[in-house]
Amino acid sequence: MSDVVEKTLTALPSLLSLDSQSGAGKLSSTSKLGGLIRSITELTSKHEEEKLINRELAAIKEQVSSPNTSMRQMKEIMVRAIYCEMLGYEASFSYIHAIKLAQQGSAIEKRVGYLAVSLFLNESHDLLLLLVNTVLKDLQSTNLIEVCMALTVVSQLFPKDMIPAILPLVEEKLTNPKEIIRRKAVLALHKFYLIAPNQVQHIHSKFRKALCDKDPGVMTASLHIYLQLIKENPDSYKDLTGSFVAILRQVVGGKLPVDFNYHNVPAPWLQIQLLRILSLLGKDDQSTSELMYEVLDESLRRAEMNHNITYAILYECVKAIYTIYPKSELLEKAAKCIGNFVVSPKINLKYLGLKALTYVVQQDASLALQHQMTIIECLDHSDSIIKRETLEVLFRITNVKNVAVIVEKMLDFLKNVFMEPDILFLLYVGCFPLLSDTYSPNNEWFIQTMNVVFSLGGELMHPDIPNNFLRLLAQGFGSEEEEQQQLRVFAVDSYLTLLESDTAHLPQRFLQVISWALGEFSYLKDGLEPCKVTKLLAKLLDERNVTSESRSWILSAMAKLSAGPGAAALALQVSERYSSSLDTVLRQQALELLHLSQDPELHARVLPHGAAWDSFEVDSSLSFLDSFVSEALSQGAAPYKAPHQRQEELRQEKALSLEPYSISLPVSLSSCSITDRQSPTLLSMSSSLSGNSNELKAGTLKLEGVKRVWGKEGYLHQQDAVEEAAQVEEAATPALPLSPQQGGAESQQTHGDLTVVEQEKQKLASSLFVGLGSQNSTFLMGKSDSTSQQFRRKTRAADSTSSGVSERSSSSSHSSCSDFLHNNLLEDSQNSLNTQKIGVSNGTHEGPVTQSFQTTSKETSPFLDAGMVLVQPCSPQTELRDFVQPGSSGITQTSLRSQFPPELSQLPHSDISLLSSDHSLSLSACRAYRDDALLFVIILSNLKCCGSIFETFSTLIQVASLRGNALENLPAHSMSVCWYALLMEEPHTQVTVAGSVSYRAVPGHTQTLQFTDKLFLTDFIRPLTLSTEEYGKLWLSFSQDVRQNLKLIQGEGDPLRATLSALKEQLQLHIVDIIGSEGIVACRLLPDSPCLLHCRIHGGSLAVWLRSPLLSLPDCLLYYCQKTLEEC
Amino acid sequence: MVESGPSTRRPRIVALRSSSSMIKFFLMVNKQGQTRLSRYYEQVDLGKRPALEADVVRSCLSRHKDECSFVEHKDYKLVFRQYAGLFIVVGITDTENELSIYELVHNFVEILDKYFSRVSELDIMFNLDRVHLILDEMILNGHVAETNKTRILAPLMVLDKLAEG
Repeated sequence: MSDVVEKTLTALPSLLSLDSQSGAGKLSSTSKLGGLIRSITELTSKHEEEKLINRELAAIKEQVSSPNTSMRQMKEIMVRAIYCEMLGYEASFSYIHAIKLAQQGSAIEKRVGYLAVSLFLNESHDLLLLLVNTVLKDLQSTNLIEVCMALTVVSQLFPKDMIPAILPLVEEKLTNPKEIIRRKAVLALHKFYLIAPNQVQHIHSKFRKALCDKDPGVMTASLHIYLQLIKENPDSYKDLTGSFVAILRQVVGGKLPVDFNYHNVPAPWLQIQLLRILSLLGKDDQSTSELMYEVLDESLRRAEMNHNITYAILYECVKAIYTIYPKSELLEKAAKCIGNFVVSPKINLKYLGLKALTYVVQQDASLALQHQMTIIECLDHSDSIIKRETLEVLFRITNVKNVAVIVEKMLDFLKNVFMEPDILFLLYVGCFPLLSDTYSPNNEWFIQTMNVVFSLGGELMHPDIPNNFLRLLAQGFGSEEEEQQQLRVFAVDSYLTLLESDTAHLPQRFLQVISWALGEFSYLKDGLEPCKVTKLLAKLLDERNVTSESRSWILSAMAKLSAGPGAAALALQVSERYSSSLDTVLRQQALELLHLSQDPELHARVLPHGAAWDSFEVDSSLSFLDSFVSEALSQGAAPYKAPHQRQEELRQEKALSLEPYSISLPVSLSSCSITDRQSPTLLSMSSSLSGNSNELKAGTLKLEGVKRVWGKEGYLHQQDAVEEAAQVEEAATPALPLSPQQGGAESQQTHGDLTVVEQEKQKLASSLFVGLGSQNSTFLMGKSDSTSQQFRRKTRAADSTSSGVSERSSSSSHSSCSDFLHNNLLEDSQNSLNTQKIGVSNGTHEGPVTQSFQTTSKETSPFLDAGMVLVQPCSPQTELRDFVQPGSSGITQTSLRSQFPPELSQLPHSDISLLSSDHSLSLSACRAYRDDALLFVIILSNLKCCGSIFETFSTLIQVASLRGNALENLPAHSMSVCWYALLMEEPHTQVTVAGSVSYRAVPGHTQTLQFTDKLFLTDFIRPLTLSTEEYGKLWLSFSQDVRQNLKLIQGEGDPLRATLSALKEQLQLHIVDIIGSEGIVACRLLPDSPCLLHCRIHGGSLAVWLRSPLLSLPDCLLYYCQKTLEEC
Repeated sequence: MVESGPSTRRPRIVALRSSSSMIKFFLMVNKQGQTRLSRYYEQVDLGKRPALEADVVRSCLSRHKDECSFVEHKDYKLVFRQYAGLFIVVGITDTENELSIYELVHNFVEILDKYFSRVSELDIMFNLDRVHLILDEMILNGHVAETNKTRILAPLMVLDKLAEG
């Protein structure tokens, strides 16, 4: 068949010139699409393409907006737009028309409309919402083909939030008499499961029905869902094993209709899918695995035909056999099968065989022995992909004895392919050192191998490699000190040899490693004059191709060596030359070198030989510079600004920023909106013009849905890689235990007479596969065992620590989880209170009466018994005032208030409310809003008329310093007031405070009065006074971002002003500025967490955009804004 | 030498291996590197596609005829098959079965051949929409949805009949 295709395709050029040829299909080339296609085929340069497509886009734009365009034409336009996008040119203006075409077209036009939508839009595109109605309508259509289209597009992309709207309709389709509809409905449910698993949880029984569908197509579709479900939770689906086995048996047995065959193989892709499911189910489960042995055996047997697709099935089958609980008979057959793959002359099969081998040797390293000769041959294969895969197999069977040979092979490989700066080889180079120091047979070999790695790796090498290596040199592997010294001496030796020869070809990174090692360790070598090393380094310093970074490394090495007599003179010479260098770093280092070489005492103090690595103390706060800084400041120097701050300022000065707040002056703002009136395409600063929130968004960087790949430390996938590495390591360790399989010795016997070449290969094989078979001498065995044991022990120790940590963290997450459950009882569901902390500050305790005070949410209190401390004494800047003042009797609001000390009565405060009381004591509370804290005032009143004596003391110990505090008398009918300064450490909409007062009315009889009260976020909100300019700066630096539309207060005058002042009244906000239809408002959460609000009239509502550095502060505040405005 | 702290780890040669097997993209590219059809099953920015496609074509074109049809490329694998001047390249995750995808490509070409009766590059260009429709029946969401030739072609046949009538 492919021959046919080839023939027709080669005839293409002639076809192009003939319009009416069959190749051109039903389209005449005079049509616009035909014209476009013809122009595309005639393109010769990127520039031409750009011109052509831009012209085309302009034409399309004109046509789509014309009212006379028919649906048929629209379809053609869409295909043209698809072409443009395919070549990488955005045709976003046509997206909406694609949706319209899907809505209004019929048959093929509708289908193309849907197609264009699925090609143009992605899951998170806003326009997708417009499609929902069309889909809804088509799902209800009586026209099957329309239902089909709707189901197809739904399973390609659909907004997650709208799934509930169509889910019932899709479910209903599961019982449709037409196979295709049922199948597509199952595929749509698969999509739903992938994007929103919770939404389809309730229809698991229907999945089972689909699995049992009489039509094989529907059943096949349901397997996608099952594969996913089983992957996530294999245990719940063990009962289906029998069904899957039965299905596979039927498929393999040829029970399906013939049109499911592909090249006479029954439904191969279905078989592969089933094998994947079975291997997931049978993993580590003997009884389940036993159910499938027979059918796997049958699969192996049936797939005898010589066609690629049967090999694809075989591969999957072998993988399954090695994944499930092992059965020796099957393993043997599978191993034989892999053997056939590996020796196959067909290159693709060889590849697959090696890939299977890579997988299999992790289970059973001895299998590599059976194929050792083939592996050796593959190592020399001309195709680098095959070589690479072979190396991967070798990687898995590395042990202490064969590492030298394997690494040598790998370095050979590197030398040959290194010309391609592919990421692959970067990774290769990254692997070696790790490989080397795990298994390296001796120091000398290690250093030499690393020398090769560094020379080959060049500048592309990951910087971690030299860093790790240097750390290794400095700290050792934890081995004997003597051995470590030997390693260092050897490194010094080999580097000196390298430096004596030509250094021009050495990569910079390697030069840096060399100079560091020489500087640190050359004193270790007896009889080596520092002068000699310095000379070599000085020579290196003058090489032309050495970068200034490397020069700086060399100079610091020289500084270390400059103490010796001969070296000092040389150092003087060098430092003179470089003290006039243009590079400031070099200049400074040259001067340092100069001083150090002149002053041996200073040198000994600054750079002692062989000092312990942890003995250095670094003053990272640079406190020794404090006096210098303060002096400079007092002389009028500008204070230091962090780089990001500087950048921000620079950006604001230079660039025309589209951020709404970057313009600080109201004047420029208004003028800006006037100029914008002429050009609606420009983003308006005043959103009365832009109106549309999309447009506003366009000016900012969209970060939703963008994966965080780069962090401060660099590429973030490193962590994954490391984790994976750890896994691999675990997998690789079992490779060491020996298996009874015969190894190289046997193969030597069978091949009686061998050519010299073959003998060499045999030799190579025996060195590669040593340690895998049992033929090793007992001496070697013993040695290898001890090494591997040592290695394993280490791993286990590391394992146990890590699992210990994870257990701990899981238990804590468990508790916070149960906290969360409790919290659901609260009326406030916006925030879980699980980790809340309120700081209770306390300073000197002066008053005569005290009570315990426990500030925590009611819900978490059960955990207090378990010893969890939920309240922390907060930062020292706010002190607890415990003010008690005996007073007269009578408990009315005014009388209570009159008890307030003057400093309290001046503060704004809430009404006084009764917290709790019993027959002798009454507790009232009120909240006073001080600028730096919320004061929780508690008023204790003695209700007894007689002059009985009260003793109160604390029982709870949450605030440690209050524990067991003074007991004092409270005379009858008298009152005392005390208060606590509270701060909110993490934002929550509300928190509960609980406490108790213990008193002794009768000596020896203690009574306790419990109380609780609720504190709201608003109690902790204070206005934040700042200028528009400061606001703009802050705005840009905050990451937490929430937007919502709120109700607008319609009253007399300006609704924006009315709304904002209502908010200001209720929530203690500060209105920074109001310009036109926009207002900016700021507040802070005590002690000092700012939250900025940007309010804008949008339609009939107030669009509020909140930003804050704190995670949930915008949400919490928004809740209160909403509440306030609803109540107005 | 055995116990060294951070460096006892051995990473796999290719660090990025995702767990679920799926198809990431399906491309038809001619020898000159011009894209004739592209379908992405994982979101790739429009702006990044041409570079990615050029990269992919380059690594496929550099392969010999007698070399293996699977190439590792960044964090995914490429399976490619050449039909005269036209390459079909499929990007897949590492756990996907390369050979089955290789044959899937051929199944697709056989279907095109059946529909267009002797398909050519020009057929594909002039009927880009239809080729897409066929592909959408076969691969959905990066998974093999249907491989039965009759069933894959059925919806398109109905639409064609409607258009004629």
